[in-house]
Amino acid sequence: MKHLYTWSGILVVVFFSVVGDILMSRAMKQVGDVHALSRHSGWWTVIRRVLSNPNFFMGVTAMALAFFGLLFSLSWGDVSLVAPAAASLTFIGNAFAAKIFLHEKVDRRRWIAATLVAAGVALLAG
Amino acid sequence: MTFRKYLVLAGVTVFAAAGDSMLSHGMKQTGHVSLQHLQSLILAVTNPWVALGIVLLLAFFASYMNALSWADLTYVLPATSLGYVLLALVARFALHEHVSTTRWLGIALISSGVGFVAGGPSLTHRHDPDAKSSHLPGPAMSGAVRRTAARAVSSGVEP
Repeated sequence: MKHLYTWSGILVVVFFSVVGDILMSRAMKQVGDVHALSRHSGWWTVIRRVLSNPNFFMGVTAMALAFFGLLFSLSWGDVSLVAPAAASLTFIGNAFAAKIFLHEKVDRRRWIAATLVAAGVALLAG
Repeated sequence: MTFRKYLVLAGVTVFAAAGDSMLSHGMKQTGHVSLQHLQSLILAVTNPWVALGIVLLLAFFASYMNALSWADLTYVLPATSLGYVLLALVARFALHEHVSTTRWLGIALISSGVGFVAGGPSLTHRHDPDAKSSHLPGPAMSGAVRRTAARAVSSGVEP
């Protein structure tokens, strides 16, 4: 039963992390390249565009939910399982989600990278 | 990729790693925080290490958002994972902690993963916001139309 709680917690964390990252990435793509934008119209325009973007706020909310989910999961499971499992599954989840929702071209190079990084994080924190 | 963009990616890596370690160091000083005593969480913020950690994590968030504005999510994320490598190297060479073979293997895997991504393009899909900074008109233009228009403009032909 404890395992079920721990793994449900991990999956909730992964879900909200992925949703948060995807929404944040979409928000910043809608804002546009901040270097070019700040040179062209100034930093206030950049800040105004970010703060008027609904995806930004939904992304921050999802990230906050992921953070609280992590705190709860840590109280159910061992930190040596929860932290690396959540981090590495988020890498894989993001690669899938970025391909589907952001239409990024996740080619073989990026799949290999996501897998290597996920495995590396699991080993490092394990 | 310009030098400035590499600097932003380095900021993502360094601020995340430094912020996390300051926060962890500070929270170990303040002690256990439980759901029943949430006010101890507010007290924790007054710890200088925790406060510095929060400032650094805000800097991380700003550079992360900056990076996402010109690069793919699947390009930026491996860069953030380099922070784990940085922490392990600091633990080994600055704090003289023991780093196990498994962890060295983890470092090698993450580094090679980052190397794989860094060799490719940073942006694979033009999202095309209604960017006012763009000299091309019309948010309604589809990606393909826009790319053709961009090529036409760059070769001096009006689309």
